[in-house]
Amino acid sequence: MSAITPKVPPPQHLAYNEPGWLDTIAAWVLALLWLLPLAYAVWTAFHPAEYSTRFELLAPLTLDNFRNAWAAAPFARYFLNTTLLVTMILCVQLVLSTLAAYSFARYEFRGKNIAFSLVLVQLMIMPDILLVENYKTMSQLGLVDTLLAIGLPYFASAFAIFLLRQTFMGIPKELDEAARVEGASDMQVLWRVYVPLARPVYTAFALVSVSFHWNNFLWPLIITNSVDARPLTVGLQIFSSTDQGVDWSIITAATLMTSAPLLIAFLLFQRQFVQSFMRAGIK
Amino acid sequence: MKRTREADSLTGRAVTNHQSRAAIHAWLFLLPAMVLLLSFTHLPTVATLVDSFFSTPKGSRPAVWVGIENYRTMAEDPVFWKSVTNNLWFAGATIPLSIGLALAMALWVNERITGRAFLRMAYFTPTVLPMIAVANIWLFFYTPQYGLLEQLTSLVGLPSHNWLGDHRTALACVTLVAVWKEAGFFMIFYLAALQTLNPSLHEAAAIEGASRWYFFKRVQWPLLMPTTIFVLVNAVINGFRMVDHIFVLTRGGPDNASTLLLYHLYEVGFKFWDTAYASAITVVLVAVLTSVALVQFFLLDKRTHYK
Repeated sequence: MSAITPKVPPPQHLAYNEPGWLDTIAAWVLALLWLLPLAYAVWTAFHPAEYSTRFELLAPLTLDNFRNAWAAAPFARYFLNTTLLVTMILCVQLVLSTLAAYSFARYEFRGKNIAFSLVLVQLMIMPDILLVENYKTMSQLGLVDTLLAIGLPYFASAFAIFLLRQTFMGIPKELDEAARVEGASDMQVLWRVYVPLARPVYTAFALVSVSFHWNNFLWPLIITNSVDARPLTVGLQIFSSTDQGVDWSIITAATLMTSAPLLIAFLLFQRQFVQSFMRAGIK
Repeated sequence: MKRTREADSLTGRAVTNHQSRAAIHAWLFLLPAMVLLLSFTHLPTVATLVDSFFSTPKGSRPAVWVGIENYRTMAEDPVFWKSVTNNLWFAGATIPLSIGLALAMALWVNERITGRAFLRMAYFTPTVLPMIAVANIWLFFYTPQYGLLEQLTSLVGLPSHNWLGDHRTALACVTLVAVWKEAGFFMIFYLAALQTLNPSLHEAAAIEGASRWYFFKRVQWPLLMPTTIFVLVNAVINGFRMVDHIFVLTRGGPDNASTLLLYHLYEVGFKFWDTAYASAITVVLVAVLTSVALVQFFLLDKRTHYK
């Protein structure tokens, strides 16, 4: 694709770093295709219904669709539920996985390897698959249709434990020992030495966890059956599938509303998002 | 670790005492996470296997041992086999397409291309959005007559087509949404890997006059192999786990043309409430995911130690 490279290229002007026009066009076409469905939804949501499928530059803008969507279903409650759910899951995950990771990274005890393999099992058999049994457990506990039931199977995250264990193992043991010489207890060492040094990993995991649980659908769909516990994703699905009379403008408005917090957060903190997903993926 | 052991042998009993106390601490730290993992991952997995050999309890009738009856039902269930073939097509198309696109995206964004930040944002955006929400957008996109796709095809003069309502195109439509959602996610890992490659490789290849394709084939692709394996494993797992969009787009239809394994499991377990048969299907899914993990662990990991 690229032209013949000169024998001795100027140092900072390498031929490979300058993609040809063909690449540039292909990359842009793909990017525009990637944004097309989203752009279409934005158009429909911000214009009156009669313009939802007609494209005129001067079509009047409106926020009515959002207002109507907000009034047509208990979205305020759904937002509250999702926010509570995501916060609860993240907080419990952080505490539990920090303790477990500390134990794996810095202690020697009998059964350690077996325990660690048991943790890793969850990386392949996720709670998303074990719907039937987990539903039975929740109904035995009398938790069906509660936020707690949505969160419980995800509280212990093998992924978080694994990630933090790697990080903790990379922290120099001398720091740990120095703190102990100063008379710090196990918990103090963990809190004062390990947790602060692992802060970037915590941010990374938090972003991944929040976006996963904000978007999670199947398990919440099964375990909830009332407005009180339903998160946004389930609420949106019920809203857009039951009311046949609702027009596309309102559905797309509701859809954008549901995605807005994540989308805005992503656009504002793009770098952190990308780096978090990157860090979380590279184990 | 080794140092601790040596130190232990030196100080004898006091250390043994200290050690057992440390072990208790370790287990206490581990306990809450372990209890939850056991209750919501390990026990349910075992219970699923056990339940798949029993009948579904109905009202006052408790579950009774039925041997392989549920698996016989499965073998004779045409919808199950349809969902298996569909899932294989779905995974078989999603995996190479999303990985290929991800690689192309990463190679572009890694270079000094015009509008690099915008491109990266455009590729990655689908990843952060809820599947259920974007599926609504795609539903609108595919709608007969009004949808953007119909508008575009009618501009070219093609006849109207119900993309999601036709059993020949429904699965392809669903697959396309999955590729769109996943490619940007995988791009991130390739991008991360490309950025760690030594820039002097670039320079050396440029000085040698290697073509860009040759450089990709002989230098970048082999060095990216560990990333490809990692992405591949994730893509396979997602190929059997991604069903949210089915709920919005087709609900498995028309005539089960786009049903997938996990979606079929949902229907059997939570629409028909045949939990015993649903357990048998879960066993199949668990087996698939476990074998993916085992293949990765025993076969692929050994072949990718280039670095």
